[in-house]
Formats: sequence, structure tokens, C-alpha cells
Amino acid sequence: MNWDLVWSSFGPIIGGAITGTIPLTLVSFAFGILLALVVALMRLSPNPVITGVARFYVSVIRGTPLLVQLFVIFYGLPSIGVKLDPWPSAIIAFSLNVGGYAAEIIRAAILSVPKGQWEAGHTIGMSRPQTLLRVILPQAARVSVPPLSNTFISLVKDTSLASLILVTELFRNAQQIAAFSQEFMILYLQAALVYWVICLVLSTGQSVLEKRLDRYVAH
Amino acid sequence: MSPTDAPDQREPAQHEPGRREPRVTTVLSARNLAKAFGSNVVLRDIDLDIRRGQVVALIGPSGSGKTTVLRSLNGLEVPDAGTVTFAGSAASAGPGLAIDFSAKVGKKDIAALRDRSAMVFQHYNLFPHMTVLKNIIEGPVQVQKRPRAEAIEEAERLLARVGLADKRDSYPFELSGGQQQRVGIVRALALKPQLLLFDEPTSALDPELVGEVLGVIKELAEEGWTMVIVTHELAFAQHVADEVIFMDGGVVVERGPAAEVLRAPRQERTKLFVKRLQHDV
Repeated sequence: MNWDLVWSSFGPIIGGAITGTIPLTLVSFAFGILLALVVALMRLSPNPVITGVARFYVSVIRGTPLLVQLFVIFYGLPSIGVKLDPWPSAIIAFSLNVGGYAAEIIRAAILSVPKGQWEAGHTIGMSRPQTLLRVILPQAARVSVPPLSNTFISLVKDTSLASLILVTELFRNAQQIAAFSQEFMILYLQAALVYWVICLVLSTGQSVLEKRLDRYVAH
Repeated sequence: MSPTDAPDQREPAQHEPGRREPRVTTVLSARNLAKAFGSNVVLRDIDLDIRRGQVVALIGPSGSGKTTVLRSLNGLEVPDAGTVTFAGSAASAGPGLAIDFSAKVGKKDIAALRDRSAMVFQHYNLFPHMTVLKNIIEGPVQVQKRPRAEAIEEAERLLARVGLADKRDSYPFELSGGQQQRVGIVRALALKPQLLLFDEPTSALDPELVGEVLGVIKELAEEGWTMVIVTHELAFAQHVADEVIFMDGGVVVERGPAAEVLRAPRQERTKLFVKRLQHDV
């Protein structure tokens, strides 16, 4: 076993996580959730055109591979004159992807809040947006944390696909060292280990958050 | 509770010649309220006149439309036709309000209705993610834009009044049903409405908890709050209500002073209903 290689490779791999994987995940997830909230509200609109647009979007995102979505944006768009760098391409693709999946989660969470909560908001004089913001979404958040955490953890791993559109992140760094040293087994296992550790940390964070949001519910 | 809690409830002591009662003022009038879901008529030609300080009990079998009437007064249901008029009140210097449901009813109309009335729900509908105190001050602070400190002071006073001062920082799930409903009542009171609406306020409660909630409502009646109560508690209705309205099939079948309607009903349907409910109890 080439221990020198193992130790010297952790630097670039963890570096790739810090400068690539983690920021890519955070930024894409943030945009994705915002997009998902908008799409979820569109899905709940009484206007059939608006719900139709939202359904179409969700259907396309969930019905096509993420890798294909990435390639369409990075390699496909230039042929119609839209040239994007690897980073913006990756952020757009991942945000759109998270938006599609999380929209359904948020929609279900909003629907899970009893109708009486809307009425209670209205009777104290709140408008619909006010009730949504102050009464409904805080309760929907509690319901949607477990499934959204899964989306988040999946996203961490999915960002490895960005290596295929030349984004310098964890996996791309591991690939390059592997190609150079021909130690594929070692390098790919190292990459796997770092992903795993990141996900372990996130799972712990998820439990803490769930406990916090559960403080107003009977056990 | 001091009279300042119910700012719009009492007329200044004004004695008209030959009468010892203070002048009565109508707070709310509804005329010809009608509503249908498809071919299913839920309300037909409902008229209501509610005087300041009056307590009206709406009774009737389920599906009779009584809850729909109540919810219409708070804009939670929008009738297809009819009018609702709120009198202007000297105390709040607010202008009167007239809504014609046959015309297009806008958000402003509904908001104006909700400004004047507050609802207490059968299932309390407290906000589970807020403490008791936050539940109560949410409307005054967020909607009415009253100073937070003032709203808190008022909420604490009202909580003490219903015996829940020590629960201000509890979450709703930590309270019994009776306690939650008392918080529900305080949340409505904190809005200082002209009219309090109760939708079967004790129907979801365990029998041993009904008394504490009815006790609070009775005290509010004695303090002069104007109230409409949908209830199945006939003994309570007789005790507290000035007027009882019996509804069945979306129409008012009989109305009159509580003792008359409940003790000596004139209409066959009322007789049957009262008899059945009294047997059940």
C-alpha cells in the first residue's frame, strides 16, 4: 500500500470538497429551495395555466437524468449561442433539479397543515400571504425537514457529476490523481470516504434540527 | 374585566323618557343571506339583528346552516346573496360597514368584516408553533400594529382573567382542551372586536372540561360583550342567551327570547329538536 500517496492525496481531495463540493451544494440547494417554494405555490394556485406550468416543470426534471440535464446546459446550450462556464452551468442544473424534487415535498407539507390554521390566521385579520408566512410555512417546515434533508444529502453526492463538466471539486481531484498515479482503488475509496464523512455530519445536523422543530409537538 | 375591555359594548347611560333601559343600538344586521353549493341550498333568506350587548344562540341539527351563518359574519364563508351591515361605533370612531354579497365582494370587504368580529373555533385552532402569549399578541401586533409591550400587557391581563396566567410561555400541546379553548377566547378578545363569534366552543371538549369554558363565556356575557354562539348546550343557551334562533334546512324556523323558544317552542320542528337534545343530555 502506498501510504505516502494516500496521505498526500487527502489534501487535494478535502480541498476539492471545501472549494468545490460544499459551496456547490450550498448555493444550489439555497436557489433550489427558493425555486421549489415558488413552484409549490404555483402548484397550489387556483389558476390552471399556472399549475400546468408548474406540473410540466416538475415532470421534466423528475423524468430526465440529472447527468443529461447537466450536459444539455453545459454542452448543449452553446450550440444555440448560450455559453456558460462550468460553475454557473452546474449551479443552474443542480438548482433546477432540487427545485423539481423539493417542490413536491413543500407542496405536500403545505397541504398537511390543517385548514383550520388558515382560518385562524384569517380570523385574526391576516391576509393570505401573511398567514402563509407566519402560520402555515413554519408548520410546513417541520413536516418537510426529513424529506428535504434527504434531498440535501443526495445533492452532496450528485455534485460529483459536475466533474464531468470540468468543475474542480472533490471527485475530479481524486480522478486526476488516480489517472496520474494509476492507483484507482485507493483514490476512489478515499473520495468515497470523504463523501461519507460529509453525509454523516449532515445526518447529525438533521437530527438536531428535527428535535428543535419538534419542540412544540406532543410526544 | 373592566368595561374598557369591551369598548364598544355599552351605550353611555342614556335614559329615554318613560323607559328605564338604556337605548338599544344595533351592532349588526344581516338581510336575506343565501348560499348554495351547486344545487344544495345551505342558507335561504336569513335575517339577523344583533343589538349591542346582546347574546344570540344559534341552535339546530347538524347541516342546518347555523355554522355557515356564523362563518359568513367573519368572511370565512361568502354568501351568494344578501347584505351584512355593521353599525359605526362612537368608541372606535369607525364608520359603518355595508356589504352586498350579490355584488362582487372584494378583499377589503372581507378584511373589514374580520376587523369587526372575531371567531372562537370548535377545535380551538391555536397556532401550535407559538407559545400561548404569541398566539394572543399575533393579531394585535402583526395585524393591528399595536405596540408590542402594550399587547403583551393586555394579553397577560386577559390570561390572568381566565385563570391561565402561568401558561403564557406554554405551547398549546401542553394544555388541556379546556385551557386551549380559553386561550382561543382570549385570542379573540385581544382583537377588541365589536362582535364575538363562537362556533360550538365546547363540542370538542371532554365533558368535565365543558364547564370551565362555558363559565368564561357566561362572564363575558355579563360584562356586556355582544356575542353569537352556535351551540348544542341548550341549558347554557337558556341561561346566557337573550335570543335563541332555531335553524333547520338552511332557514330560520323559529326565533325569540331564549326561555320561550327552548321551553315553549311553537314550531313542530323546534319541539322535536329540543326534546331530542334534552333526552340526550
